[in-house]
Amino acid sequence: MAEEVILLDTWVSPFGMRARIALAEKGIKHEHREEDLGNKSDLLLKMNPIHKTIPVLIHNGKPVCESNNIVQYLDEVWPDKSPLLPSDPYLRGQARFWADFVDRKVFDAGRKVWATKGEEQKSLMEEFIGHLKTLEAELDGKLYFGGEKMGYVDVTMVPIYSWFHAYEVSGNFSFESHCPKLVAWAERCMQHDSVSKALPSPEKVYQYVLQLRKRLGIE
Amino acid sequence: MGKSEEVVLLNYWPSPYGMRAMIALAEKGVQYEYVSVDVVNNKTQLLLQMNPVHKKVPVLIHNGSPVCESLVIVQYIDELWAGDAKPVFLPSDPYQRAQARFWAHYIDEIFEFGRKIWIKTGEEVEKGKKELVDSLKLMESQLGDKPYFGGEELGYVDIALVPYYSWFYTYEQFGNISIEAECPKLVDWAKRCMKKESVNKALPDPVKVHDFVVMLRKKFGVDS
Repeated sequence: MAEEVILLDTWVSPFGMRARIALAEKGIKHEHREEDLGNKSDLLLKMNPIHKTIPVLIHNGKPVCESNNIVQYLDEVWPDKSPLLPSDPYLRGQARFWADFVDRKVFDAGRKVWATKGEEQKSLMEEFIGHLKTLEAELDGKLYFGGEKMGYVDVTMVPIYSWFHAYEVSGNFSFESHCPKLVAWAERCMQHDSVSKALPSPEKVYQYVLQLRKRLGIE
Repeated sequence: MGKSEEVVLLNYWPSPYGMRAMIALAEKGVQYEYVSVDVVNNKTQLLLQMNPVHKKVPVLIHNGSPVCESLVIVQYIDELWAGDAKPVFLPSDPYQRAQARFWAHYIDEIFEFGRKIWIKTGEEVEKGKKELVDSLKLMESQLGDKPYFGGEELGYVDIALVPYYSWFYTYEQFGNISIEAECPKLVDWAKRCMKKESVNKALPDPVKVHDFVVMLRKKFGVDS
């Protein structure tokens, strides 16, 4: 059956990167459409009327919204290649727990850093690093969060690695000194084409952040 | 699952998240030990050991292994206790499952909107009221004419949402609103769910919830 798969996305979004990685891991042919979030397309507004955000996966005309949701959907519809969620229910529960942690703690703290400066930013940066250390402990000597191969949590987390350089320059520190094992894990993931092709250049991300902070009136 | 199973639920009675787990366990007919943890005043060693990351209830402990986060717990219960004509919470079709997950995730925000009504003051309360009513109306439109969000039977989205029904009275008292007037079909749906033993045994008396919140406000120094 001819499958039509479209991904509405923007290059800098770590949420969009999750979908890109999953699609690439599974070798799913798709059309990638870049959205301008300052001028959202009619298609985006129609396909995600509630949140009006990317990424949105449109499979044979039907939308799936929210990045973790998209990754799980791709895993269920295309289960044979690169399965991302474990088959064991307990391990699946663990994977879902940690993906939720990445969203609600890691990404949330990371996002707030950009909207602040001075002492407030420093405190949020510390909180962000704290969450990264928690994740690093969970990695606990494994090659990937998924074990021997990349899995759901790896796909959920690794996009933020493209933003590390921006954090390091802004905060004047290095992640390597705080969570070296997590950095090593990210570099291991970057050896995969599916990841290295999905993540934008850290320098481009940094330039984007500078523009964003100017727009927000912070710098 | 013939061999002996040890299932423990760490919970605190006012928690809508805990109610989700209780409903799911009851729907599947799972025998379990309920362990109450007063998370406001005294988080126990067991809780801190079983949920070191968030230190929150509910925690499902299955044969000694913890599962945390209410929606993760409900999915786990759904997957583990399957077959034998047991109810199924998530649809089998991947697209329908994605929709159910989307709405369950959205529903988590509703508690945060409601929270503004009883913990904040002034403009924040008004903001919370609008956000709460708008989000409940959106859920009402999603329900449409179906008896449940899950269709003919209680499903994942019903389990995610119905616990908040025990908090409606609290929102109404502190927000001076009537949820029944704003979303009559949604309240009808909640009452329909409450006819099920799994739901009415999990949800506490709304007046008790209100009294609990009065205590919390005093504790956090919010003017009554």
